[in-house]
Amino acid sequence: MNERLTVQVEGLSHWFGTGAMRRQVLQSISMQIAPGEVVLLTGPSGCGKTTLLTLIGALRKVQQGDVCVFGHQLHGSHRGQRQKLRRHIGMIFQGHNLLRCLTAEQNVQMGADLLPELSYRARRDQARYWLRAVGLDDHLSKLPHDLSGGQKQRVAIARALAARPQLLLADEPTAALDSVTGREVVDLLQRLAREQACAVLMVTHDPRIVDVADRLVQMEDGRLIPTLG
Amino acid sequence: MTSGFWQGRRIPLAWLLLSRQPLRLMVALAGICFAGILMFMQLGFRDGLFDASVTVHRLFDADLVLMSPRSMSSISMSGFPRRRLVQAMAHPDVQGTTPVNWNFLLWRNPETLKTRSILALGFEPIDPLFTDPELAAKAKSLTSRGRVLFDKRSRTEFGPIAEWFEEGRIVETELAGKRVRVTGLVSLGPSFGADGNLLTSRETFLELLPSTPPGSIEIGLVRLRPGADPEAVTRSLKESLPSDVQVFTRQDFIDFEKNYWRSSTSIGFIFSLGAAMGFVVGCVIVYQILYSDVSDHLPEYATLLAMGYRLNTLMGVVAREGVFLAVMGYVPAYAAGQGLYALVRSSTKLPVAMDLPRATLVFSLILVMCMGSALMAMRRLVDADPAEIF
Repeated sequence: MNERLTVQVEGLSHWFGTGAMRRQVLQSISMQIAPGEVVLLTGPSGCGKTTLLTLIGALRKVQQGDVCVFGHQLHGSHRGQRQKLRRHIGMIFQGHNLLRCLTAEQNVQMGADLLPELSYRARRDQARYWLRAVGLDDHLSKLPHDLSGGQKQRVAIARALAARPQLLLADEPTAALDSVTGREVVDLLQRLAREQACAVLMVTHDPRIVDVADRLVQMEDGRLIPTLG
Repeated sequence: MTSGFWQGRRIPLAWLLLSRQPLRLMVALAGICFAGILMFMQLGFRDGLFDASVTVHRLFDADLVLMSPRSMSSISMSGFPRRRLVQAMAHPDVQGTTPVNWNFLLWRNPETLKTRSILALGFEPIDPLFTDPELAAKAKSLTSRGRVLFDKRSRTEFGPIAEWFEEGRIVETELAGKRVRVTGLVSLGPSFGADGNLLTSRETFLELLPSTPPGSIEIGLVRLRPGADPEAVTRSLKESLPSDVQVFTRQDFIDFEKNYWRSSTSIGFIFSLGAAMGFVVGCVIVYQILYSDVSDHLPEYATLLAMGYRLNTLMGVVAREGVFLAVMGYVPAYAAGQGLYALVRSSTKLPVAMDLPRATLVFSLILVMCMGSALMAMRRLVDADPAEIF
């Protein structure tokens, strides 16, 4: 396995259910993501995109095949190992999934709090830095329900980046946003990830944002379809 | 993981979860506070009644107390021969003794003319009875017949004796069908068995209760030479005295009375059960609150797990919510307990007061209640699957 690749997937298959209900959702998938690369994953719904994302994100046990993230083999890894690895993977969800009881700044700091060996003040400064980077310096102490959809998604991006991830996984980050805001959010995501040399794997249906990708991967019925990059 | 307090400082998630949902917090605190007050009241009544059973017992100037083995409690005293006290004097460590008669007599309220049972203690006015030094001077007036010292803290049903006496009026009434005059006031306090108390000389006592054999007493107070070991003297007196008398140390005498109320009556059980009910009600409320809190925030907890937070960290958050609830619910319960104790004291004259052991006990119970509920609510956290949030 190549240690320098951020993500390396070989012959990955996955099943849901047991017995007669057992259904294969991924069929020997192989792919690579290099550091700093922005990869877009598209395909019809139910084709296994999200399952692939959760497997690469160390959120699920790998059943068959190899998944290497930052050179760590995930096949056969323990819960604790996966939890530690997740600290280096940023995640942005379809719903923003912000903590309702925390302000924008505190939400972002929940990300920064994962960084070891930083003082509270340094972590708070990190949170403020990232909120400024996503253009929300005026909304530090607002609660999520006082923010618009686009603002919430930007807070979520700031939270994911505040933990200084080397890999960012995004599941349809523009689904809940109108086209203009969606475009802004994706541009921001791409620019900030580039600056951090952070690889991005983004699942999307949205044809308008295809141009941000370095590479496009299409999926159908649990298989990757070779496309022109 | 990190060194130093400031290094380890995090967003106070547990506190924010509670404080940003003020309505839920208020409901939780009201429930905990209610449970706390219930426990304070029930345990307070229980301890107060046990303490009240020995208000008079505590006052005696005695190192050892002799009592008939047939005496079960202050409300059912039996007599024993006074000679036993004289025999006890033979022990080299015994310095002095006081024979005491103890019985309930009917006291007529001079205002309403209704009668009520009052505890009467008969003693020789020259003998020391209580540790209170003021009593000796007042006791002199008892040398005349038909004179009594009235306990001004007796319940008001006995009549406005203290008020009348302090106004300078001559207070006379009927005790056990005979005329007596109040020549002084003492301050003892009502006990569980006796609503009021009075002191009189043995001579008057025997006149009021002619059926009492002259050589019979209910209690014998024994004072020891300074430096004598009460336990050792008790043992040697038990060996030398016949079996028609029991020897107690002062503390055993108090415990014997308390133990009667604790074990031979259902008081202890009833009030402990009341406190247990408060505990259970509190558990249910806190569990409901914490469980629904965890359920409502399950996607957020799952998000934190996906970000790389440990399950233990999240359990710590729930545990801290439990601690916060316990502390915040306890403070108003403590304050309300103080207020209600004051109310009980003024209306029943029972010696109910906040003491450290009970305050600690109730806090521990509330803490156990909240932490137990938090532990149960944590099981819900296991359902937070980070793979499900995408």
